[in-house]
Amino acid sequence: MVDPRTSIISVRLENVGRIVAVSSGKGGVGKSLVASTLALALTKKGYEVGLFDLDFTSPSTHIILGIKGVRPKEDKGIVPPVVNGLEYMSIVYYSGDYASPLRGADVSNALIELLSITRWGKLDFLVIDMPPGIGDATLDLIRLIKNIEFLVVTTSSQLAFETVRKLVKLLKELKVPVAGVVENMKMGDSKNIQQQTRKLGLIFLGEIPYDTQVEEAIGNKNRLASTVFAKKVEEIASKIRRLIP
Amino acid sequence: MHEWALAEAVIAAASEIADKEKLKEVTEVKIRVGELQQIEQDIFQFALSQLKSGKFKNTKIQIWTTKAELKCRACGHRWFFEREKLDASVAEAIHFVPEVAHTYIKCSKCSSPDFEVVEGRGVWLESVKGVR
Repeated sequence: MVDPRTSIISVRLENVGRIVAVSSGKGGVGKSLVASTLALALTKKGYEVGLFDLDFTSPSTHIILGIKGVRPKEDKGIVPPVVNGLEYMSIVYYSGDYASPLRGADVSNALIELLSITRWGKLDFLVIDMPPGIGDATLDLIRLIKNIEFLVVTTSSQLAFETVRKLVKLLKELKVPVAGVVENMKMGDSKNIQQQTRKLGLIFLGEIPYDTQVEEAIGNKNRLASTVFAKKVEEIASKIRRLIP
Repeated sequence: MHEWALAEAVIAAASEIADKEKLKEVTEVKIRVGELQQIEQDIFQFALSQLKSGKFKNTKIQIWTTKAELKCRACGHRWFFEREKLDASVAEAIHFVPEVAHTYIKCSKCSSPDFEVVEGRGVWLESVKGVR
């Protein structure tokens, strides 16, 4: 028996320009915040952008952007609603605020389902908020989306960067482009992460200082956009759009 | 019309198989549909009939339904998915993404959400036959 869904995914994404998977080696580095703010920053620059929350067991981009009360439209598939200028898709439309205890195979199935039935419009960028680490979702996306590229988020911690090293090694082995590395929640002046990123042959896209204003801005798009965090992400967005994967 | 998207996937997958097998004409396509996804068969069949063209013009499409059987990983209890026992909004959510069943359904014996869908999840392409 053949799973027919994978045969239609390339068609669903044919009007999407660049697909940027915002990923991290481990959780807690601010990946979802970077993904959400990056999507907003690209919209601000005049691009058509989609944001796809694939962190199925812990979706949070809807909380970050204050998205509620919207649903996808059903039209020969599902059409993501446009919120804050973004085409926005998340499993929370279906799982609500309840816990979704999914095992790896279930994550794969849900991911394939949403990729095969979601009808994105014409987009310059589709930003994907990935689950942390190297798991089923990462492997599935690499298998199913030929033109995917990764943006890797780390903190200044050596512990976070060691997991980045493993993720990047895998991506290189699989010949998947890496747009670059972002150092988030930076405290101090150390250039350690910057240097180690370059040693890996990757582009260091920038550092984002630890910003105490971000927590208070969660759920409020305008307030979030006025933070130092968002300004730094805008600089990173400018670099990404100039990069050719 | 979410069924339309799944019908498109079936035709795309069957086309790939037909190309691989060098079939000039596809005479028969068999599809298995799991009850967990609660496909509206009329809409699904209509979509397939509208999408049939080229080498699928005269294809006979057969659809089988499989009951959705669930098995608890914690206590081993097996049971069948029953749409009637769910709220309409929950049934609809499972229709779009069957995995959210884990969000709403618990084992009727031990209340664990950790169960597997033994069979009957969604749409499968069972076979494609034709002439070379």
